[in-house]
Amino acid sequence: MLCDVCKCNDATVFLTQITEGKMQKVNLCDACSKEKGVQDPTGFALADLLLGIGAAEEIEKGASSQKCPMCGFTQADFKKTGRLGCSVCYVTFAEGLGSLLKAMHKGTEHVGKLPQRAHREVELDDRMRALNEDLQKAVAEENYESAAALRDQIKQLEHEKAV
Amino acid sequence: MKFANLMSTGGEWLRGEGPHHQIVISSRVRLARNLKQRAFPGWAKKAERTSILELIKPRVEELPEMQDSFSELLQDLSALEKQVLVERHLISREHAAKSVGSAVIMNRRQTLSIMINEEDHLRMQSIRSGLQLKSAFKLVDKVDSALESKLDFAFDAKLGYLTACPTNVGTGMRASAMLHLPGLVLSEMINQVIQAVNKIGLAVRGLYGEGTEAMGNLFQISNQHTLGDKEDEIVSRLSKVIETIIEKEHDARQMLIQKKSNTLWDQIGRAYGVLTFAHAMTSKEALNLLSIMKLGIDLGAFPEDRRLPIDELFIETQPAHLQKSSQQKLNAEERDHLRAQIIRERLRVFPKPDITKLAKESENGSAPEPPTNE
Repeated sequence: MLCDVCKCNDATVFLTQITEGKMQKVNLCDACSKEKGVQDPTGFALADLLLGIGAAEEIEKGASSQKCPMCGFTQADFKKTGRLGCSVCYVTFAEGLGSLLKAMHKGTEHVGKLPQRAHREVELDDRMRALNEDLQKAVAEENYESAAALRDQIKQLEHEKAV
Repeated sequence: MKFANLMSTGGEWLRGEGPHHQIVISSRVRLARNLKQRAFPGWAKKAERTSILELIKPRVEELPEMQDSFSELLQDLSALEKQVLVERHLISREHAAKSVGSAVIMNRRQTLSIMINEEDHLRMQSIRSGLQLKSAFKLVDKVDSALESKLDFAFDAKLGYLTACPTNVGTGMRASAMLHLPGLVLSEMINQVIQAVNKIGLAVRGLYGEGTEAMGNLFQISNQHTLGDKEDEIVSRLSKVIETIIEKEHDARQMLIQKKSNTLWDQIGRAYGVLTFAHAMTSKEALNLLSIMKLGIDLGAFPEDRRLPIDELFIETQPAHLQKSSQQKLNAEERDHLRAQIIRERLRVFPKPDITKLAKESENGSAPEPPTNE
């Protein structure tokens, strides 16, 4: 059986961790077990192994009892698997994930491809923002005629967004 | 399309015809995508995984790129068949471990492979021979855009595409190339190159990806970051780095020819001798020796028309391919015998290494030096 971390050497350390009634097994070679400090199983988490030491602590900074409202995933689960439960988890655990992502990646914001749907949403948001600014300006200038026209346009756009 | 058809058609990248194909075996780009508001495959219960699969699979099968495709549920593939797909890099090792609720769909040319419910709901991969990262990205990007019009992908304005593992969030893209670098290994410069590549945010891995050993002087180079860069920037930066490594590999080979020609010819002669006469060979030994034979062809020690049989042996001598072609399950010892036998047969009509071309090249070098004992 190969080591789960380096996947090169034969595993010699077989670790079973039971957290909240769930069993998790890890097989490590001699070198990796020493490197990860698995000699002392009390202070060891799977998320650390998979994502680097410190990952488990990072995500714990958020409220520890938090549970994802969409999929029921908890921080303890992340600590065990190093993976998240669903896309909503990114919102649920945003606080802890922020610094983890910062350490992991080059930037903190996506600048690449946008799906067409998201593209349309961004576009509508931009138009909405512009209309609202114009509306405030019109009201400030007491130009009620154009304010009324803008209000209708905003209503129309809200309707478009809802579709 | 049946599995047997897949086996008989080698797949485009195995033929090795792309640009820089002597050094770059293949280029791959994969995108990870997930459906909105559904549990990721690792967390979803079996029933949810199956319903996600039923939602995605028909959408993938109806793609124009997937006409006449190979489409199979993972539970309907044998362990050996899965392993063959792993050896061809058409599915990941992780996907091979999946069963109910997962599927794989690939086109006939084996340039496009889509895994459903691997670590993410969708893993789309394009694989091309030689250095063709840009065209590999173009293909997989097109497929992504087509699927996105029919499926609602999890996307966040700030974080981009959301993935099960935070290491893939953003573009969800991993671009990689498989490089054959015997010159850098023999000249002991490979570690320097690996360190330099690591420093600029790229990862170097062995033959089968994360955590695997480098065998046959084959190395995979890929981007590590997925958040904060545009896809085409990542692809072009990686391509540039690979072009530099190709230059370094050529330099290392020239250096070996001029300064360590005896070592080089000894390696080539030994590889030829062992492959021609051995009766038992592990896949690791075979890969390492075949790598030297490939180098020998690159350097003109063997005729160019012998390239294809050597390239084919790289994949045919892998454990699962060996057992699939012999139609039986073999233990390790039987595999080693069969492997040696297949290689011996293939090399029976192989000419002896001809080093006169090499010698000429070393004379043409800046420091003409007859081979001396070092």
